[in-house]
Amino acid sequence: MTRANRRGFLIHSARLAAGVGLVSLLAIKPSRATPESMQDAIRKVVGEASLRPGKVTLDLPPLVENGNTVPLTVAVDSPMTEADHVRAIHVFNEKNPQPHVVTVDLGPRAGRAKLSTRMKLSGSQQIVAVAEMSDGSFWTESADIIVTIAACIEDVP
Amino acid sequence: MTARVLINVPARAKRGETIEIKTLISHPMESGYRVGTNGALIPRDIIDRFTCTYNGEDVFRAELSPAIAANPFIAFFTVATESGMISFRWTGDNGFSATESVIIAVE
Repeated sequence: MTRANRRGFLIHSARLAAGVGLVSLLAIKPSRATPESMQDAIRKVVGEASLRPGKVTLDLPPLVENGNTVPLTVAVDSPMTEADHVRAIHVFNEKNPQPHVVTVDLGPRAGRAKLSTRMKLSGSQQIVAVAEMSDGSFWTESADIIVTIAACIEDVP
Repeated sequence: MTARVLINVPARAKRGETIEIKTLISHPMESGYRVGTNGALIPRDIIDRFTCTYNGEDVFRAELSPAIAANPFIAFFTVATESGMISFRWTGDNGFSATESVIIAVE
């Protein structure tokens, strides 16, 4: 092997190693939602419309021991008629790996705009519920929750 | 493996009454962000869609994220318009699909 070839080989292998290192670093580092990515996700739903506080009631326990099952109820104040109803309810969080929690599509057939479910939370954070009305307006409420033991990130025993 | 499903719908209702429907299905809802004993990520396995139809008409739809807890519980409301069948369908990763129906009598 000539000297030039050897140098080329060394540089090339160093680059390759750096590349592999970078890729594995990216693969290991878990992605995480942040308050900014939550705002982005909300913006994607709301678009250019303005997001106003009110009409939405977000019912969450203020403190939970275990983030694996956190009960959540979202109710929206609406007559649920053909002319005036809730089109969708969206729920977002700011610290799980993904900002989106759930989206439900409703219509006048629902009778009442209310949804209950259970979610996983990785840590204490703010939860945001957004209601999309039939007239195109968006309403929101947020709630803070303290989580003692986080979900999502623990190892499987 | 068939998933176990629990549905709670009133057997009879008055016409035009708003009834609550509660559903629960057994499913791990593996988020895809957890690490197993071998150090590798456990692949995502979730239910991402739920629909409820009332005599064939869509009345409720949900789009679920990995943030929904294992054994997804979903409770919502609908107007009892006529006697007939309320059907539920869950679909998700790895071709997961489950359906369940209940009969409701409306007077």
